[in-house]
Amino acid sequence: MNLATNYDVAIVGAGAAGLAAAIECARAGLASVVFDEQPAPGGQIYRAIGSTPLADRRVFGPDYWHGESLAREFEHANAAYAPATTVWAVTRSGGGFEVGVSGNGTARLITVWQVILATGAQERPFPIPGWTLPGVMTAGAAQILLKTSGLVPDGRVVLAGTGPLLYLVAAQLARVGAKVDCLLDTTPPGRWRAAAAHAFEFVTSPYLLKGLALLREARAARRVVRGVERIEAVGDARLQRVRFVAGGRSEELPADVLLLHQGVVPNINLSNAIGCEHHWDDAQLAFVPAVDAWGASSVAGVSIAGDGAGIAGARAAEARGRLAGLHVAHALGKLDEAARDRAAASARAELARYTRGRAFVDALYRPADSFRIPVGDTIVCRCEEVTAQQVLDTVKLGCTGPNQMKSFLRCGMGPCQGRLCGLTVTELIARARNVAPGAVGHYRLRFPVKPITLGELASLPQTKESVQAVVRIGKSH
Amino acid sequence: MFRRLPEAQASSIEVMIDGRPFAARDGDTVAATLLAAGAAACRTTPVSGAARGPFCMMGVCFDCLVTIDGRPNQQGCLVPVRAGMRIERQSGARIAVVTAEQP
Repeated sequence: MNLATNYDVAIVGAGAAGLAAAIECARAGLASVVFDEQPAPGGQIYRAIGSTPLADRRVFGPDYWHGESLAREFEHANAAYAPATTVWAVTRSGGGFEVGVSGNGTARLITVWQVILATGAQERPFPIPGWTLPGVMTAGAAQILLKTSGLVPDGRVVLAGTGPLLYLVAAQLARVGAKVDCLLDTTPPGRWRAAAAHAFEFVTSPYLLKGLALLREARAARRVVRGVERIEAVGDARLQRVRFVAGGRSEELPADVLLLHQGVVPNINLSNAIGCEHHWDDAQLAFVPAVDAWGASSVAGVSIAGDGAGIAGARAAEARGRLAGLHVAHALGKLDEAARDRAAASARAELARYTRGRAFVDALYRPADSFRIPVGDTIVCRCEEVTAQQVLDTVKLGCTGPNQMKSFLRCGMGPCQGRLCGLTVTELIARARNVAPGAVGHYRLRFPVKPITLGELASLPQTKESVQAVVRIGKSH
Repeated sequence: MFRRLPEAQASSIEVMIDGRPFAARDGDTVAATLLAAGAAACRTTPVSGAARGPFCMMGVCFDCLVTIDGRPNQQGCLVPVRAGMRIERQSGARIAVVTAEQP
């Protein structure tokens, strides 16, 4: 890793928000570094933007290819870029922070004055019976395979769930001639009534035309079943069949690939571990960090930009990245308030434009309770193989929250650190106790937020700071 | 389970999967390579021995854990393939091997 030991600002993530933040920070003359777990810029939405084998721009469309200009601007910006590098800790050090990073088997501690988290979103867990079978993946996974590798699902392919990304993936697969045998739409019937309050905003937003075009194309699936109430993946050591119930009737389809999607939620593990305040957002059905209009979190010096601060899509993420970058430039004395506000005007206008209409999308595609809160033997914690019934039985024993639940069941203590079970466990406990998810809270995350080996810790330069950092990580919470 | 689109043919590099050579596509991750090779599962779990395969492809789910060049529990979806890479599917828990050498 060719990194300096100090920078003015560290940006975590190289998606829309991270790239935009880095561009602004570099433009303001700050020594900036972007840490990216992926091997190339673009995050998830602009995944493989510099290398995708699918050069025909009609496949991914202009929304995707917008990322090309962003990635190019970043390439020309005077910011350091550390790909294939994971951030596992961010701790206070003097007036700034120490960022623990790991790449290629080596760990380093980098000191910075400010941190911008741009870790984006992940797909919402979709815990159906059998969802852990090989052959069951997320719709996002299929999109990544398409963008990065030109691989398409083959055989009998079923898509299931709700939300714009599901229809986008269906449309993109159709565009490359990959057939989808069946699309099981779990959008509850009558949802449009709940969404109607936000309809005017949606109709006058950039999302209307995109949405209509997408829905039309997504009908390219051989069969679309609406109002699906229940789905099960069935098979012996791998997916072989998909069972579903719609309109009270049960049916079974042979299947080789099942792609699930019911929306995206902020990636909060790092912001949670740092100690940033989060609250339950009932419109997005997720924990969201508390940030101000510039992305500043409740921890001084830590800003959060993009979908990691609340789901609003790629263009809104880019705008928020710019705002966070400008805020940091101001905080470090490169821009006075007036210059910052002037420079921010266009980003604010973009942000307003691209958040308009989101409330409608959130309401319309709000996933049904039964698909967020499973029952019985359905696995909730994939890593430790804990079932919904086990969680409920433990609540009956008097376990009131997810952190206590860890001691009872090891739920949330596997390698994914609660990324795929956190929301489900919180909602299960909330429903069982008849309280709001916000009252139950989320797993308390601790560093390292991604696994590192003892060998990597041992490879840290043996400075006074690094020795204290390891001690601090152990004692700080 | 997954097939390659004709426009995505690229220079192939040789890797080993469970000791057998496979022509991988330069630019693919280890997880994508396993799927392209027809392997739906890449490991069995430490808890119950259940078969698991890549799920999210973006580094969040930790179901794509494989051993790469002797180093276990690597997230295959985050590692691009390299010529001569040794990829091994995992069965159950890993055993930490403590030696005097550097890992």
